[in-house]
Amino acid sequence: MRPLPRFLRHAGLVPAPNERQASCVESKGIRLRRVGPRHKAGVTVVLGLILAAINPALAEKASLADTQLSDPAKEAQAKALMETIRCVECQGQAISDSNADIAGNMRSLIRERIKAGESPEQVRAWLIQRYGDYISYDPPLGGATWPLWAAPFVLLTIGIVIARSSFRRKR
Amino acid sequence: MIAEGGLAALWLAAVMAVLQLVLASSAVIGGRAEMARAVRPAAIAQGVLTALAMLCLILVFVQSDMSVLLVAENSHSLKPMIYKIAGAWGNHEGSMLLWVTILGLAGAAVAIFERRLDQRTLNATIGAQALIAMGFYAFLLFASNPFARLFPSPPDGNGLNPLLQDPGLAFHPPTLYVGYVGISVAFSFAVGALVTRDVGPAFARAMRPWVLGAWIFLTIGITAGSYWAYYELGWGGWWFWDPVENASLMPWLAATALLHSVSVLATRDGLRAWTIMLAVVAFSMSMIGTFLVRSGILTSVHAFAVDPKRGAFLLALLAIYIGGALALFAARIGTVRQGNTFAPVSREGALVVNNLLLSVVLGIVLIGTLYPLAAAGWGVQLSVGKPFFDKTVGPVALALVVFMAIGPLLRWRRDETQALLKRMTWPVAASCAALIVLVPFAWGAGVLPLAALVLAAGLAVASVAPLWGRNLRRTPLFTWGMVVAHLGVAVSLAGMASDSAFTKETLAVLRQGETRAVGPYLVTMTGIRPVVGPNWSAIAADLSIRRGENGKPFILSPQSRFFASPPTTTSESAIATRLDGQLYTVLGQADGKGGWQVRLWWKPFVTLIWLGGALIGLGGALSFLGRIRRRNRAVYEEHEEAVA
Repeated sequence: MRPLPRFLRHAGLVPAPNERQASCVESKGIRLRRVGPRHKAGVTVVLGLILAAINPALAEKASLADTQLSDPAKEAQAKALMETIRCVECQGQAISDSNADIAGNMRSLIRERIKAGESPEQVRAWLIQRYGDYISYDPPLGGATWPLWAAPFVLLTIGIVIARSSFRRKR
Repeated sequence: MIAEGGLAALWLAAVMAVLQLVLASSAVIGGRAEMARAVRPAAIAQGVLTALAMLCLILVFVQSDMSVLLVAENSHSLKPMIYKIAGAWGNHEGSMLLWVTILGLAGAAVAIFERRLDQRTLNATIGAQALIAMGFYAFLLFASNPFARLFPSPPDGNGLNPLLQDPGLAFHPPTLYVGYVGISVAFSFAVGALVTRDVGPAFARAMRPWVLGAWIFLTIGITAGSYWAYYELGWGGWWFWDPVENASLMPWLAATALLHSVSVLATRDGLRAWTIMLAVVAFSMSMIGTFLVRSGILTSVHAFAVDPKRGAFLLALLAIYIGGALALFAARIGTVRQGNTFAPVSREGALVVNNLLLSVVLGIVLIGTLYPLAAAGWGVQLSVGKPFFDKTVGPVALALVVFMAIGPLLRWRRDETQALLKRMTWPVAASCAALIVLVPFAWGAGVLPLAALVLAAGLAVASVAPLWGRNLRRTPLFTWGMVVAHLGVAVSLAGMASDSAFTKETLAVLRQGETRAVGPYLVTMTGIRPVVGPNWSAIAADLSIRRGENGKPFILSPQSRFFASPPTTTSESAIATRLDGQLYTVLGQADGKGGWQVRLWWKPFVTLIWLGGALIGLGGALSFLGRIRRRNRAVYEEHEEAVA
């Protein structure tokens, strides 16, 4: 696989390389269970328990990965946003379509922030600030992306010019 | 021994391709007519030899001969037989061999069946076909040998990616490859016509069945691939704007445009240069598609092997072929006149607009797909996905739908705007009716789905309009084909819009006996049980489902499957298909407290997406039969005249 950009590794939510090895084969939605040594799992559980004790919000966080918000309007907003956020672990999948753990974490984060009253665009901006443009399937208009957004208009203009000139000549 | 036999057959086929090119070029360029006689046999021999090589590969997979590297890496002796056979192309080398085999067989088919094209143009076509094949033989033999041995051989193989262990694998890759290769044949015809400067209706009629055939297979391949992803991935999505999907969509768009411009060339002798250009573009798209999928530049379930050498090799092939094609086009197109002219308001005029809009969509998809790769080249990481394509392709595609409704209602050469407006009365009325009915339901769903539903209603009526007032039994088969295919687009569009506007989702943790609602259905968890398959074990949830409180209950059992080789868990969705949509259920993980995560979707009329795709393919097939039948009759009449 193509190595993940370094900034993602720094972002903290991306698992350690050995862990990623297993889970990245799961692009397109399969989950690979690790068959390696299991001792790390115990450590993780203990760490998780400690963290959960320190911060009760964390337990809530995990549960929102596949739990809908009670307000249908907010859930619709969150859902629409998730469809446009890229899973950093698996290639070419939105977090709304991914079985990867990290995608679940991010779904949970998004639901939480929307629930707290943030607008989808605020959440997107926050995610982009944290992970970079890579995270959004809706590339923000900017220095590196203006040719991309201009392309449809340029193509359409060229098309119209060709069509008009060919009709005029033929008449 | 079988593996060595296969390798020998592959080498011989490569030699045949070289011979075919030498013979064809000395016949066409050197003017040595006696050479021309051996061109066809060489092409046929090449086809037979590639088929033999493919057969050998399938045989070593069936025998589970683990001393062959490819088998050891990708197969397992306990796999069901269908996946042993299909597994032969469920990997990089095997799929490239399948590509070449289909190319060889297509070349043989041209040599055997093409009788009407001018002999010189045909020889040039077969020569071009050999040139394309040679590049891929080199790629197979020097960078992707499928028959390499492994010593010492392991006791058993690594197995096949469980996501690919689905009947879809047996059909999806061969179908798409036939499509890609069919386009390369169309391109070879274009090259042949450019070489002999013989671009006209006869050439268009010879090329059309190949374009049509390729287009039918691409349509079916894309539709089937979409449904496969839909039920296999377990999240209810059917199109992801994944680069690999785009790689199959782009040749389809180009082939669709080519299909329409080639009929202008065949019927009215117009749009000559444009048709040739589209053939070059369509071929380039199928090359880019092959490159994107096979080079390992993208990581996905389609990219089996990641080897920079292969990527570079494919990129070089891509550059040579596309560059060569464009150079030939640039050198010769000056001598090709655009052909007969027409008024803007005419069937041709609508087809020109159709072609331009399709090309714009193609351009957007191409740029959107390659932009992240280019941006990575200058150090910027970004993603282009569904929101971008929805905003850009969506409106253009809807404009295309409008012209699609208008086109078949126009006469060739020249038509009156007043008469057209009169003919459009009923389609416009249908759209208005749809708007009035749908506004209360779909208002919150967004502009695009609503507009799509309204236009789909108009298009559906407009597509059957060419049959009004006609004697249906005497209507030519290819007119039926056009009607069915256009109707298929309307049906598919309605399905897409309905899925996007009306889908209901319920995510829940269910314990035994608990019930949740999704859309009109009530879903009750009645039990969890283990299931054992040939090479997997699974946990299945039994969901008892009723439509409303008093509905007759039925059971759906989504599974979470565990494959031992390679160790993988997949979710097998369980889907109930009804006339008005599908209920889609997926089993997730246990919560550790006796509950199980389930994902439930009610998707009204979602099946129309693939039903529409099937109708489009069927329309293509009807057209194909109609054209072949008419051509055979013409050949017969010519023969009769000659005898008289």
